Amino acid sequence: MSAERATAILNAAPRPSIGPHLLSVDDLGPDGIAEVLRVAEAFAEVERRAIPKVPTLRGRVVATLFFEESTRTRLSFETAAKRLSSDVLSFSVSNSSVKKGESLRDTVETIEAMGIDGLIVRHPSSGAPHQVARWADRAHVINAGDGWHEHPTQALLDCFTVRQVLAERAGTEPEGTACFEGLRILILGDVRHSRVARSEILAYSALGARVTLAAPGSLLPPSLEGWPVTVAADLDTALAEADVVSLLRLQAERGSGAFVPSLREYTANWGLTRRRVDLLAERAIVTHPGPMVRGVEISGDVADLPITVATRQVTNGVAIRMAVLFLLLGTDGSIGAGVPESETGGAGTTIGALRG
Amino acid sequence: MRGGSVVDADGSRRADVRIEGDSIVEVGPDLALGAGTTVLDAGGCLVGPGLVDLHTHLREPGREEAETVETGARAASLGGFTAVVAMPNTEPAIDNAGTAREVLDLGSDAMAEVMVAGAITVGRRGERLAPMGELAALGVRLFTDDGAGVQDGALMRRALDYAKGLGVTLAQHCEDEALAAGGAMHEGAWSSRLGIPGVPAAAEEAMVARDIALVRLTGAPLHFLHLSTAGSVELVRAAKAEGLAVTAEAAPHHFALTHAEVADYDPVFKVNPPLRSAPDVAAVKRGLADGTIDAIATDHAPHTPETKDVPFDEAPAGMLGLETALSLAYSELSADPATRPDGNGLPGGGAAVDLQRLLALLSWRPAAIAGLDGGQVRVGPGSAQGGPVVPGAPANLCVFDPSARWMVDLQSLASRSRNTPYAGRKMLGRVRHTVLRGEPVVVDAEAQR
Repeated sequence: MSAERATAILNAAPRPSIGPHLLSVDDLGPDGIAEVLRVAEAFAEVERRAIPKVPTLRGRVVATLFFEESTRTRLSFETAAKRLSSDVLSFSVSNSSVKKGESLRDTVETIEAMGIDGLIVRHPSSGAPHQVARWADRAHVINAGDGWHEHPTQALLDCFTVRQVLAERAGTEPEGTACFEGLRILILGDVRHSRVARSEILAYSALGARVTLAAPGSLLPPSLEGWPVTVAADLDTALAEADVVSLLRLQAERGSGAFVPSLREYTANWGLTRRRVDLLAERAIVTHPGPMVRGVEISGDVADLPITVATRQVTNGVAIRMAVLFLLLGTDGSIGAGVPESETGGAGTTIGALRG
Repeated sequence: MRGGSVVDADGSRRADVRIEGDSIVEVGPDLALGAGTTVLDAGGCLVGPGLVDLHTHLREPGREEAETVETGARAASLGGFTAVVAMPNTEPAIDNAGTAREVLDLGSDAMAEVMVAGAITVGRRGERLAPMGELAALGVRLFTDDGAGVQDGALMRRALDYAKGLGVTLAQHCEDEALAAGGAMHEGAWSSRLGIPGVPAAAEEAMVARDIALVRLTGAPLHFLHLSTAGSVELVRAAKAEGLAVTAEAAPHHFALTHAEVADYDPVFKVNPPLRSAPDVAAVKRGLADGTIDAIATDHAPHTPETKDVPFDEAPAGMLGLETALSLAYSELSADPATRPDGNGLPGGGAAVDLQRLLALLSWRPAAIAGLDGGQVRVGPGSAQGGPVVPGAPANLCVFDPSARWMVDLQSLASRSRNTPYAGRKMLGRVRHTVLRGEPVVVDAEAQR
């Protein structure tokens, strides 16, 4: 995408209403997802500049509240927020008053009282971001992963990555969501305990893709009533038919190990081994939300194959999160994004870069 | 008490009721007014025996910040209850005569008769039998480890054998802890979608089935607390058909709410057993209508906002119930669906339960299960509950106006806690007066003390 086009997208108004919170992919709907992807493309262009920073959220304060360990998601959100020139506060449970017995509600109300505009919440309890959104008076709440429930930005960046790969192959610009129509998505692994799976199912199916699940019975949700999915009768057949394989991590830290007889048996029956890779169509794309456990859900040599786009997902995560922050926090007209004085992206040429 | 219709186990008739001291002295149409008589208007109302709640958590001793015997009894009286059975999951547990006596003493001048249930096992830990004989000697007639089921089948069998000789009834909270482990709501479509660990219906049904087998084995009576699944209702129906000595209760929230309420992750809807599916709700209603379920019991479970307003899976289970039970039971089970404030109740409702049967579920049947009906438990004069409204009977009465409409207001609840799922909900039918041992403790829906 050209810098001019990126600037045009970021300065366009009005845009579909999104928010005030992003708790579930359901909050977006197909149009909202399309808008996030569109804006993220523009930010991906910004990221390729020499100084990948814009003044969009200057003066805004974003806080990450992580009640669960995370490396990539937290860094990705904080990088995104900083590239939008917002101030970023980082709150983690290990060095907070939560350890002294402060409740989640008090923590949220205290932090919000500091004038926070955006709260990015990760919590081991499903629904905690929904409660935070009820308690917050003015802050926009973004769900960065809650229990087994959802991880909306992960699903959005997965869609973004898939669209990007498809466009590259077709030699076109990644635009619109028509490429998802009828696309066969196979979600393989521990769906039961996976917030990524729940968000992906909502996102892919909203865009018209057909979603199939493959997992041992004990790692499927107890009920799939109302889910827009089918369950694969045979993994090998499902792999051969898939356009995209979304590989999930076996969440051993959540006790998922006890849901299968052994990791060895899991790998033999459900892991993406070299033999199964050979069943995949040439066009197939393999996504993984990370962190990968080589030798369990994916064999080491497969993880490094070009069909595996995990590294690209990480890169795209920043653009997606910039888009989400921008759409939730920056829609009061004072966009000012992507208005670099030099379209060639020379060093120190944007206001944002000077501030940085 | 003028202008109402008296409804009791004997039937229904238009009649005034004259009370002197703690007793009913005259029942009949258009009674003459004596000088100095206080008149309570009961026009358009049902006048029945006071309600009896088999399942109340009064939280005292140990959790007085959530509820006390005094505040819980006040909530009870506003709900039309003249007697409540206090559950033993206090801190310490009611597993000894000292704690039982403490609660009974606290209740001696409360706004409702306060009975206690004793624990089956010491500390409710499910390891060894509590001194049931010592408690029975104090008048305790129900024993339960409520909050938990007795997991060990051999221990439960021993408890049933032991209880037989004491003439007391055991009551089981049916929950197989291994099957329920980690669960925070009903396992099904909603738990799967919301990513909340579920409690399968089988966790309840497995213990109901085991205990029915133990009743068959021992011949001892057993009461099932808060049945919540279609499978449990069916098991109890079959056990009764077989002639086994089992009784059962259901809580209002298990026929007034479904698991769909959890969609917004509000912990006020977290309760144990959890809110179930619509077919379960319909089955509970059918069970209440056909007598499979003997009683409606509130499982009134107060929790402070500090403990309840936390992430869903961390929140304690339980919701308030005393002040709304009769209205919910009336609207869900008896009222013409067209008259209900929400216009479309949950499946299985609608004029299935006539008013006499409704009061049976809330008054004389639970009174019989608690051993309160024949006056064999004497903790004070006029303690007999649920009996016919006839001259000479103790004056424990509930006056209910089925046409009154009201809204549940968080600020005006008598309970010390606020964890009601019905805040702001429009209700049909309201308790107008409550009389305890001749004293009008509630008049025109206002507590008099």
